[in-house]
Amino acid sequence: MYENKTTGYLYIAPFLLGLATFTLFPFLSSFLLSFSDYQLQDPVAQANFTGLTNYREMAADATFHNSLWVTFLYVFVTVPLKLAFALFIAFVLNFKLRGIGFFRTAYYVPSILGGSVAIAVLWRYVFAGDGLINQVSIWLGGEPLNWLGEPGYALFTIVLLRLWQFGSAMVVFLAGLQNIPTDLYEAATIDGASKWRIFFTITLPLLTPVIFFNFIMQIVQAFQEFNGPYIITGGGPLKSTYLLPLMIYEEAFKYFNVGYASALSWALFVIIAIFTVIAFTSAKYWVFYGSERGDKK
Amino acid sequence: MSATDFSATPATPATPRRDVAWMGRFNASLRYGVLLLVGLIMLYPLLWMVAASFKPNHEIFGSIGLWPQEPTLDGVISGWRTGTEYSFATYLFNTFAFIIPKVVLTVISSVLVAYGFARFNMPGKRIWFAAMIGTILLPKSVLLIPQYLMFRELGWLDTYLPLYVPCAFATEGFFVFMIVQFLRGFPPDMEEAAVIDGCNSLQVLWHVVVPVIMPAVISVALFQFMWSMNDFLYPLIYLSSVEKYPVALALKMAIDVTEATAWNQVLAMSTIALVPSLVVFFLAQRYFVDGITSGSVKG
Repeated sequence: MYENKTTGYLYIAPFLLGLATFTLFPFLSSFLLSFSDYQLQDPVAQANFTGLTNYREMAADATFHNSLWVTFLYVFVTVPLKLAFALFIAFVLNFKLRGIGFFRTAYYVPSILGGSVAIAVLWRYVFAGDGLINQVSIWLGGEPLNWLGEPGYALFTIVLLRLWQFGSAMVVFLAGLQNIPTDLYEAATIDGASKWRIFFTITLPLLTPVIFFNFIMQIVQAFQEFNGPYIITGGGPLKSTYLLPLMIYEEAFKYFNVGYASALSWALFVIIAIFTVIAFTSAKYWVFYGSERGDKK
Repeated sequence: MSATDFSATPATPATPRRDVAWMGRFNASLRYGVLLLVGLIMLYPLLWMVAASFKPNHEIFGSIGLWPQEPTLDGVISGWRTGTEYSFATYLFNTFAFIIPKVVLTVISSVLVAYGFARFNMPGKRIWFAAMIGTILLPKSVLLIPQYLMFRELGWLDTYLPLYVPCAFATEGFFVFMIVQFLRGFPPDMEEAAVIDGCNSLQVLWHVVVPVIMPAVISVALFQFMWSMNDFLYPLIYLSSVEKYPVALALKMAIDVTEATAWNQVLAMSTIALVPSLVVFFLAQRYFVDGITSGSVKG
């Protein structure tokens, strides 16, 4: 609306200052630190330039390989399951039922609370030896499992915690479903299209922008999972839940290897960047925006 | 915005009319069945936690039922005392001591920056806007260590300053984006009229724009409140003295101290810790739904 350059820059000045101070400067600093042997403990110690040492160490570090593997496992199990479940429930909810508001709230509450320490603590007790899950499975005639002590199951408890928070993705899907014009459905029904056909040729294509948005947000979030492993499992047993953000935290603030931790954080950054770039470049092949609607027959 | 319930529209013409009503009822009960089952599974752990706060310890292990057989306030009372040197009141107070400045600064800076992005055409705007989207996708752990070193240089460790000062600079791009998207939905006619009447851009912002974007502003405040209540990593690295701990850290410390023995105490503490978020959520739930959808659907 306004063309005045100076005033415009005055309004975004806080952002530009913050971008420089709290984002760009730290971002570049951690890149430089990743080529050093800087130790957190000793502020007077000089950081020595060590070239690619940290990256070579990473290539040989079995703990890092394990963390990388469990991080991928975690992200690629959690995100698709969460999105599929959120879409399914949004689809069931998108219907003239009484009490929709109640269900929407009930499903949304966990995603508001789920990131908190309190819920992570609750999760420990839900999956403990005498916890809720085992009591229920005994009641149903099943066997109690050692959820938090068995390397094969521990990661699954964190996956379940994040699946439990499907509500925010669901709310976005629901809004997307309600934005699809009714006349498209009416026209398709008159033409005799089956429900499945309607779903795959109208609902799903028109929902792709929302799927894309949810996918990006969930991927970025999942790669940064910290509270779950830190509080519920402590990274164990046998490092089976030692996700990369937890490893970075411990390297920096427990073992004080700031240089190595910075290299790890750059590895995580590059991984997330690759996935975001793939998602954004592939978007033009599978994401349909509203303008294309007119071209459909 | 009307609900599109294509499943509720009459079934395909191929289906005989007689079956339609039956199908509709079957469909509805199937949906209710799924929704109720999922709802029960979702909410049961929360209800179990609240119920466990009022049970004696031996009863928590013994049954999956909710209603306490021998109701007791022991868990809640010892939970409030926390088993550490301070009571829960201290930790709640500490939490608000940095969350309130955080919310206020986030709202002010996000509104100013969003107004700049949405209503001004300055050179380089597209690049800065893209940079802002970039910050949303940037993993926090790549910034964590240098930020820590920077705040250490400033002598801000073990204070709340590192937790809220960055918010004065619109560092949470998601919130700016939310307000920009909201503002784009309104044509600037009213603002242009105000300019003709002699208002400067700040007066326009305050008298015309802010009232219009109020729902988005409230959403931003609420989300920042919730996310800050849940925030754990930043307080963990910046705060070292127990007297300054927020609820999130106190809770983690309490489970390390009491551990497996006093389940009712720990679960009562978790329950108390969630009360502020729950109260705020139920007072203002529509803003959450509107807020979370504004960034994704209208865009």
